[in-house]
Amino acid sequence: MKFGVVTFPGSNCDYDAYTAIKVLGEEVEFLWHKSSDLLNSDVIILPGGFSYGDYLRSGAIARFSPIMKSVKEFAQSGGLVIGICNGFQVLLESGLLPGALLRNAHLRFAGKYIYIKVENNSTIFTSVCQPGEVLKIPIAHMDGNYYNFDGEIEYLKKQSQIIFRYCDKDGNISEAGNPNGSIYNIAGISNKEGNVIGMMPHPERAVENILGSSDGLKIFESIVKSFSKGMAIERA
Amino acid sequence: MEQQKEPKVTAELVKEHGLNEEEYQKIIEILGREPNFTELGIFSVMWSEHCSYKNSIALLKTLPREGENLLTGAGEENAGAVDIGDGLACVFKIESHNHPSALEPYQGAATGVGGILRDIFTMGARPIASLNSLRFGSPENPRVRYLVDGVVRGIGDYGNSFGVPTVAGETYFDEAYTGNPLVNAMAVGIAKTDGMISATIKGTGNPVMIVGSKTGRDGIHGATFASEELSKESEEKRSAVQIGDPFTEKLLLEATLEIIDEDLIIGIQDMGAAGITCSSAEMSARGESGVTIDIDKVPIREDGMTPYEILLSESQERMLVCVKKGKEEDVRRIFDKWELNSTIIGETNDSGIFKVRLNGETVSEIPSDVLALGGSTPIYHRETKKPDYIDELAKFDFNDYPLDRNWNEDLLTMLAAPNICDKSWVHDQYDSQVRTNTVVAPGSDAAVLRIRKTDKALAMATDCNGRYCYLNPRIGAQQAVAESARNVTCSGARPVAITNCLNFGNPYKPDIYYGFSEAIAGMGEACRMFNTPVTGGNVSFYNQDKDRAVFPTPTIGMLGIIDDLKHITTQWFKNDGDLVYLIGENKEELGASEYIHTIFNKNTGPVPELDLQFEKDVQDTVREAINSGIIKSAHDCANGGLAVTLAECCISNKEEAIGAQIHIDEELRADCLLFGETQSRIIVSVDKNDGEKLVELCIKNNIPVSAIGKVGGNRFSINDIINLPLTDMLPAFYDSLGKLMAKA
Repeated sequence: MKFGVVTFPGSNCDYDAYTAIKVLGEEVEFLWHKSSDLLNSDVIILPGGFSYGDYLRSGAIARFSPIMKSVKEFAQSGGLVIGICNGFQVLLESGLLPGALLRNAHLRFAGKYIYIKVENNSTIFTSVCQPGEVLKIPIAHMDGNYYNFDGEIEYLKKQSQIIFRYCDKDGNISEAGNPNGSIYNIAGISNKEGNVIGMMPHPERAVENILGSSDGLKIFESIVKSFSKGMAIERA
Repeated sequence: MEQQKEPKVTAELVKEHGLNEEEYQKIIEILGREPNFTELGIFSVMWSEHCSYKNSIALLKTLPREGENLLTGAGEENAGAVDIGDGLACVFKIESHNHPSALEPYQGAATGVGGILRDIFTMGARPIASLNSLRFGSPENPRVRYLVDGVVRGIGDYGNSFGVPTVAGETYFDEAYTGNPLVNAMAVGIAKTDGMISATIKGTGNPVMIVGSKTGRDGIHGATFASEELSKESEEKRSAVQIGDPFTEKLLLEATLEIIDEDLIIGIQDMGAAGITCSSAEMSARGESGVTIDIDKVPIREDGMTPYEILLSESQERMLVCVKKGKEEDVRRIFDKWELNSTIIGETNDSGIFKVRLNGETVSEIPSDVLALGGSTPIYHRETKKPDYIDELAKFDFNDYPLDRNWNEDLLTMLAAPNICDKSWVHDQYDSQVRTNTVVAPGSDAAVLRIRKTDKALAMATDCNGRYCYLNPRIGAQQAVAESARNVTCSGARPVAITNCLNFGNPYKPDIYYGFSEAIAGMGEACRMFNTPVTGGNVSFYNQDKDRAVFPTPTIGMLGIIDDLKHITTQWFKNDGDLVYLIGENKEELGASEYIHTIFNKNTGPVPELDLQFEKDVQDTVREAINSGIIKSAHDCANGGLAVTLAECCISNKEEAIGAQIHIDEELRADCLLFGETQSRIIVSVDKNDGEKLVELCIKNNIPVSAIGKVGGNRFSINDIINLPLTDMLPAFYDSLGKLMAKA
């Protein structure tokens, strides 16, 4: 399968996402923000960074770029999209996912390894994970404090759209394990249809043990597995 | 743009520009006439301490600057470059941004990072790591906390947005830095050896372009401002502090690497201090050519800027590029793609003159050579006088330090001391992993980054104990080199080269200059011993306020190479049952220690002795042991002495903290044993089956080694004087800085 990694001006994890897919052994290509051609990608990665400088609200300008028009159409027709960090912010600004990411509660950038619990392992993005599995993955963000109205959170829960929650090393959901103040310790959510996911932690940085963890690989492996299964069904 | 009426050059104006009478006479001699206002401005910045190194260059030339792997000489290019094999070069440099950070900590630190990153990528290297060596007054002081907060945010916001991992550094506190903090930023990059480019203007008829941001009024006379003592009036010069834009710098990085990769240009230089003036003069002097700049063609941010202002602006994120004739459109295509300006503003010639025109009229005409470092800028040999305090403070009486103490409490106090405690409050605000090469992040002796497509890694550290340098500048500087080498050695690397950032007070004061000259001498001696040449760096004088000068602080940025990824080593203990060894020997030394500073509030005493040959032998032995595959952890014994070092071995991998039981059978005063800072000591741990191999290796190399204990359990003990549960040590070490910084 083919991954497309979008490069906005100011993206700085595009290269990391690209090399992570190479580690995975799948095909990958960069997609330029001014183009609207997705180059026949099967899944789109919106990478981390500071798109267009993010001097306005994070992700607020990126959503107007030509590539995002195509990504939106692609997502709405069932295409797989994963937004990581700034990519998650762009997905929220684009209306492809619900809610908002506020400034971290302690008002400082947070860059470190943290733990997330797989809340729902029956998604396209988590299919190789065990139920409740704890993943060690780094974060690096200023605006990662997920917020939504209580009613919306209840709705997300009911629809099983909450995919990852911050936790401690042993998988306990706690205040101490929450690095940014996110409501309900939310670290990643999907859309209702399940084909679009946004997450603050960086799975593309945790794909080799030498870097401290390879837990992030499970998310990309899940995508590949789900995709090939889907293809199998379609072909059958 | 119109030529506005310029002020007449008077004696007073000359003085305001920081030029003395002798220098002014020399200018008249060079030009064969009086300079005009614009020319005066140009001489003022180019002959400022910051650009000309006039008071330091003679001594800097005594440092070892040659080595088989060096690809550039010190000061010849924007940064030093070392051949690291596999067709790759490591480009690295450290630079100060002290004065801007003292006034406007956020922008001062941010632009310090931006400037050093540009020095790296103008060489054709992609930055892979950023480090910061920071020094402040006591964190009990609210003004100091404001500075710390702003500096850390500035470094974080710039590096995080640009996309370079900030991987190591130091944060050091002492009242000597209250009025004048030190912010030294280091960057490391990797280039292909055949893809590097020089900061040169050459040939005739080649177009010269300005690329990147537009030019504004920010930072005018930043270089001159950095060449004065800080005072009340400095506050009014806040406009001399530049404003950073990391987003533009990121675009500039990508565009710059593309034009270099496509072989479109002859040379390129960052516009840092003294902006267009410095880059034009230095590049043409280096290429032994001339350049004519049409100042009216420079894209500007605001109307009404005079040639003087445009020439001296230090607006950030700009470069001067000497393009190969005929490739202008290709350069423009790439800068257009990244939505950056690229404008032809001049042309090269063979006149040797840096000429500036406004609407075709010459407004300045000066030989490049007389402006550029390495050309015929002034060189001074300053007077030195050993300050009286040195002998006075070297006196030390052990009777001042009673031994009836609660050593457990003292250890907890030491672990919480600002100079020892965990610094994650600082480095958690940095992205330390972007570009996914960081193998050892902040928190061990040195940072380690792998080099893709090879089996190698780079180790890097910054070091300087300002207190040692204050008490003995020569040995202090030796120790800074030795400790930085020890740090990279403990990570498994062989030290290869250094960059230095020399932070001192006013060079016109003989006692200050004594410290400078002694530090240079000591640094040279140590660099020769470790075979780590000086690849470049920066001198920052005038680090003083009305009360005092900072400690002499020659910060060392050390680069090491790890030849095999499997030899990367960290400082913390690993497994239950592992054996702990001390390599080196303990001495009865307590002077200049963090212990007497923290517990007795004293900065006195003789600094620990240092035998450079012994130090090298210890390091070589530890490296040999690491390369033989038996070492599980290695930690430099430095600030805080043996007790603190061993405690760090237990707790500095926070999630996997593990205890140790230590027995040292020596007739030493307890305070010296626990907290004395005797040099040339390294703590290692090995599997219980490898102890003999380590001992044999040390005996073969004639290096003292002693088995001092065992890893395991959840307590830390030394003989019968220290016995603490890890649960007491962890909060002391980890919560201290956050609590200090949270004070209102």
